[in-house]
Amino acid sequence: MALSGCLVVIALALTLDNPQFADFVLRLSIFGLYALSLNLLVGYAGLVSFGHAMFFGFGAYAFGLLMQTGLVSIPLAFVVSIAGAAVLAVSVGALCIRLKDIYFGILTLAFQMLLHAVILSWVSLTGGDQGLQGGIPRPPFLGVDLGNPKQFFVLACVFFFGLVLLVRQMVESPFGYSLRMVRDNPERALALGLSVQRYKLAAFVISGTIAANAGVLMSLYVSGAYPNFAYWTLSGDGILMIMLGGMTVFLGPIAGAGIFLMLNGIITRTTEYSGLVMGIVLLCVVLGLRRGVLDFVFERCGPWAVRRLSREG
Amino acid sequence: MNLPALLDCVSSSSCVVTQVSTGLIIGMLLFLVASGLTLIFGVLGVINFTHGSFYMLGAYFSLTAYRVTGSYFDAVIAGALGVAVFGVVFERLFISPVYNSNVLMQLLVCYAFILILDDVVKIVWGTDFQTMGMPATFALPPIHLFGGFVPPFYVFLTGLTVAAAFSLSVLVNKTRFGKLVRAAAVNRQMLSCLGVNTSLLYAAVFGLGSLLAGAAGALAAPVRSMSPEMGFSILIESFIVTVIGGMGSIIGAFFAAVLVGIIRAFGSIGYPLFTDGLMFAFMALVLLVKPTGLFGRKLA
Repeated sequence: MALSGCLVVIALALTLDNPQFADFVLRLSIFGLYALSLNLLVGYAGLVSFGHAMFFGFGAYAFGLLMQTGLVSIPLAFVVSIAGAAVLAVSVGALCIRLKDIYFGILTLAFQMLLHAVILSWVSLTGGDQGLQGGIPRPPFLGVDLGNPKQFFVLACVFFFGLVLLVRQMVESPFGYSLRMVRDNPERALALGLSVQRYKLAAFVISGTIAANAGVLMSLYVSGAYPNFAYWTLSGDGILMIMLGGMTVFLGPIAGAGIFLMLNGIITRTTEYSGLVMGIVLLCVVLGLRRGVLDFVFERCGPWAVRRLSREG
Repeated sequence: MNLPALLDCVSSSSCVVTQVSTGLIIGMLLFLVASGLTLIFGVLGVINFTHGSFYMLGAYFSLTAYRVTGSYFDAVIAGALGVAVFGVVFERLFISPVYNSNVLMQLLVCYAFILILDDVVKIVWGTDFQTMGMPATFALPPIHLFGGFVPPFYVFLTGLTVAAAFSLSVLVNKTRFGKLVRAAAVNRQMLSCLGVNTSLLYAAVFGLGSLLAGAAGALAAPVRSMSPEMGFSILIESFIVTVIGGMGSIIGAFFAAVLVGIIRAFGSIGYPLFTDGLMFAFMALVLLVKPTGLFGRKLA
C-alpha cells in the first residue's frame, strides 16, 4: 500500500507538473520525516524533547558546509553528516536521558539553543544570522542529476518512503515494543532484564539521526541552511505537528505535518493575522478533540479501521 | 568575542556601575516574571508558557493607562491588576481543563495563546515599537554612585522588586494563605477533602503569578520599548532563571535572576552574539549537576 501510494504521488506530481503541488509534497516529505522522527521519541519512547530541531539544523548545516567545500560527492557528504548527527545524538542523549520528564525536555532545549548560539556567533563558518550563503552545489552522481527538479522530486519521494518504511519496521519490531514498555512501565522493563537507559539512548539516537536526514533534504531543497533550522520554534512546530496529527497512530505525525503545512499556507495567504487564526484552530483541536486528528478519526472508525490501517501502514 | 572591550569595562568603575545597574534592572524584571512562573509551577504543576505574553500585556495595559490618566502609579496598578484578572479568567477557561492532561497538551494551549495574544496586541496597539518615556516623577538627574551614574528609576525599580520578593516570601511562608498554597502543592486532593476550595486557590495562585508578570511589564514600560514580540524573549530568559534557581523556588528565582541579569549585562560587551549561548550553557550545567536547580525545593 505504501509503495503504491508512493507511485501514485510521484505519477500525479509528474503528470500534473504543478510546481505548487510539487513544493507541497517535498515540504511534506521533509517535515513529515521530521515529525515522524520526533514521534519515535515522544510517542513511542515517552521522552518529550523540546530540542529536536538541533538535529534538523545540524544535518542541514553539516551537509551544506561539506558540499560547499566542493571536494565531496552528495552521497559521501550525506553519509558523513548523518554519522556526525549520530555522534552528536549519542553525546547529547547520554547526558539528557539521565533526567526525567520535564527536566529531560528542558535539557534538550538547552543543548539545541547552544547549537543555535554557536551557529549565530561562528560567523566565519556558518554566515551567522544570514545563514549559509552562495547556494549548495548539486553535482550529479551515479547518473542522478539533482539539479533537475523532476529527478530531485522522485529521489526525495523514494528517500522519504524508504525511511518511513524503515521506521515502521522498527516500531513494529521487538525493539519498538520494548520502547513502549520502557515508556509505560520502566520498572517492569528493568525487571525483565531490559536496560532502560540503553533503550532510551537508542531511541534518542535513531530519532535524532532521522531528523538529520530531514535536515539534509531540506538544505538540498532550499539550497542553503539558516539559523532558524536549529531554533526552538522548529522544535515547537514538530511537537505541534505530532499533536495535530496524533501520537498513537503511526502515520499521525505525517498527517500532522500535512495539516500544519496546509493550515500555514492557507492562513498566511488569507489573513494578515496568521497567529490569531492558527492559535484559535490549535485551541479547538486541543480543547475540542483533546487528541490528534488521526487519533480522533481512528477512535471514531472503531478498532476495525485501526487494525486494518496499522497492518498496512 | 570581544575580550579587550570587556577588560576595558571591568577596569573602569563608571562602566562597572552602569553595567551592574543595567544587569540589576534586567534581573529584577526577570525575577518578577520568573517568580510568577515558578509559583504557578510549584503549586499547579503547570509551566505557564504564556507568562511572557502576560508581561507584554502588562506593559501595554500600563501604556494605555498612562496615556489616559497621566499618572505612572495608576499605570502600574492598571498593568498589574489588569493582567491578574486576565490570568484568572485564562486559568479558569483554558488551563483548568488540561490540568490532568499531559504536559504537551498544556504546552499547546499556552502556545496557542502566545500566538493569539501577539496578534491581539498587533491589532489593538499596532505593530510598531512604542515607548512610554520616563514619567515626570522620575525625570530627575541621575544619582552619582562609585564614579558612575544611575537613573533614579533604576533605584525605584530595584527597591520595589526587593520589597515584592520579600512580601512574596512572607506571604508563602508565614500566612494562612501561604500554608494553604504549600499544602496544595503537596496534595491537592487531601486539601480539598479537608474542605478547602482548591479551585479557588488555584485561580488565586495563577492570578498572583499573572499579577507579578503584569507588574513587571508595567515597570519595564519606561525603560524598554514595546513591541508585539517582547513576550517571547522574556519568556525564554525567565524560564532559564526558573530552571537555574530551581522550579518552584522563589528565593532561587531571585538569585538566578540577578545572576542572569549580570551575565547578560557584561556578556553583551564581551560576547554580544553568544550571550544566549552562555545562559543556556549555564542552564545545561546546572541541570546536569543538580537537576532540581540551585535552590530546588518546593516553594522554599
